[in-house]
Amino acid sequence: MKFNDAVWGALLLLFGIVILIHVQSFPKMPGQHVGPALFPGIIAAGLAVCGILLVLKGLATRRAARGDAAAWASFAPWTRDGHYVLALALTIGVNVFYILTVDRLGFIVVGVVYLAVLFWVFGVDRRWLLPIAIVVTLGIHYAFYKLLKVPLPWGILQRFIY
Amino acid sequence: MGAWEQAFVLVFQPYNILVMLAASLFGLFVGAIPGLTATMATALLVPVTFFMPPIPAIAAIVTATAMAIFSGDIPGCLMRMPGTPASAAYTDEAYAMTRKGQAETALGAGLIFSAIGGLFGTAVLIVAAPSLAEFALKFSSFEYFWLVLLGLTCAVFMTSDRPLKGFVSLLLGLLIAAVGLDNPAAFPRFTFGSTEMMGGLGMIPLMIGMFAVSEIIRYAVDTNPPLRITDKPLGNVFKGMWSLARKYPMQVLRGSVLGTTVGALPGAGADIAAWMSYAISKKFSKEPEKFGTGHVEGIVESGSANNSALAGAWIPALVFGIPGDSITAIIIGVLYMKNLNPGPTLFTNNPQNIYAVYLLFIIANIIMIPLGWWCIKVSKQILKVPRNILMPVIMLFCVVGSFAINNTAFDVTVMLVAGICAYVFEENGFPIAPAILGVVLGGMLEENLVSSVIKADGSVLAFFTRPVAGTLAALTLAVWFLPLLMRRLRRLAGVQVA
Repeated sequence: MKFNDAVWGALLLLFGIVILIHVQSFPKMPGQHVGPALFPGIIAAGLAVCGILLVLKGLATRRAARGDAAAWASFAPWTRDGHYVLALALTIGVNVFYILTVDRLGFIVVGVVYLAVLFWVFGVDRRWLLPIAIVVTLGIHYAFYKLLKVPLPWGILQRFIY
Repeated sequence: MGAWEQAFVLVFQPYNILVMLAASLFGLFVGAIPGLTATMATALLVPVTFFMPPIPAIAAIVTATAMAIFSGDIPGCLMRMPGTPASAAYTDEAYAMTRKGQAETALGAGLIFSAIGGLFGTAVLIVAAPSLAEFALKFSSFEYFWLVLLGLTCAVFMTSDRPLKGFVSLLLGLLIAAVGLDNPAAFPRFTFGSTEMMGGLGMIPLMIGMFAVSEIIRYAVDTNPPLRITDKPLGNVFKGMWSLARKYPMQVLRGSVLGTTVGALPGAGADIAAWMSYAISKKFSKEPEKFGTGHVEGIVESGSANNSALAGAWIPALVFGIPGDSITAIIIGVLYMKNLNPGPTLFTNNPQNIYAVYLLFIIANIIMIPLGWWCIKVSKQILKVPRNILMPVIMLFCVVGSFAINNTAFDVTVMLVAGICAYVFEENGFPIAPAILGVVLGGMLEENLVSSVIKADGSVLAFFTRPVAGTLAALTLAVWFLPLLMRRLRRLAGVQVA
């Protein structure tokens, strides 16, 4: 998804102003003119200025161009193909699934599902989906849990702890 | 025991040698797979190096990146698809040579002149870094403030043909660095009441997200059909290299000097070094008309440039803590984790560690020749590795790697959000490298700004009165305003501006 620079500029301008207002509530350092608000304040002002410049630039491109280039937003070819939209949704979705469930279900269960789903959507041969997912998950688990001592959660497989 | 002997002992331990070999294979593999970059190799290595002693950790990154920058040439040559962005400049040239049946010469030139460029960059690192460090010992917060600002400015103007968008990216990176308690007043900023955000957003999950997860998202929506590998057999890659070295000594030198310089400038790394070098090679060539038709001269020059840039980038990273490219930006994070805080005192207090880094660079660039030769031999098998299996595995590895630094699922969230943002921003023409520099340097910039403002006590002049600070200030302002001024002058002179 591509947006016209003016859209980005407006967003950045708004973002900069919100931060500028927010940093006013930061306390001063005792006995100094400067405090924790100075640095983010300067950055926010910079973002707002860049935002204005981007709006001007975006409007200029719109005026100069015709057809597709003049649109507020344009969509890459993949957005019109259901398969790629699904692939993108699942690529992000498996990570959300991991974050939400890994403590309860454990790394091994979540890892196998994670890989199997992605293998499926990227078109790996169906017969090999689960075997590869299981072997790779156990391999990563062994490397990080045993060799590097990272406490990956066991979840529902707590009984099989090694 | 002297510092050099200590460095030798540190480097030539069996464990360290083993790490270097493993990292070489990893680097060669990652570099050779299109879509996996040298920066990504570094980001993926960090969670593993987290559990190693300092020297093997640095060794792993130094060898893996050197190998990855070379092996990025392989798919460029065989499939017309650069393995890393650093090879993109001469991919068409190398592929044209392959079609003329000269693939082995293109790959051999890539390998040999990568190693030479890498060794040249290392030599400059060895000579320049200690003397710069001695100079930097006298720096106060004013000098550091301007130095960081100059570095960030270069990053914006070097990495992008759209400085405005680069500047936005930089500011967002600086803002990310401001999250948490880590500021002069230890006041929790932008934490939204979350205790996890008090400590700031983890650098490593951010980098893994920006450089690895974003690539996997790009793969997921990639509509291009899979590429075909050329099926011509490869001959002896070393044949004719000596005569090339004798024919193009000037090109090798020019490429190496330019590469080291571009590498040392903050923000610009191996990829920009290669593009500039290829263009310069064409401009000064006696036979510019042959460029693009399968002519090896440009590959010789830009092949040495991209590897020398790797070593060059370490100069400001070690001396000032200012990364020369996105790889050293990650390395600075690793150095802090290992209590090897970069800065001039690293050279006076622990010289054996610095000497060990020099040795690692030399070894990495020498073992690159036999290992690279072997990698070219098996390259067709590497390129056949199914990417639909590889990409999910890499992403799960990213998740576990992000988790492993602090053992919290919050870091996995940071990684995912960073990955999505990096993808969206890059799609819209915002470069990512300035953001990562902002994240790395934000704390340093703020600290030096605030202590300078306090010292100056309200006087703006104090920022300019110390001679070195004044010079750095003048340079920074020049980089900011010269392009504007030049454009105005050219317009006044009535010359058409391109």
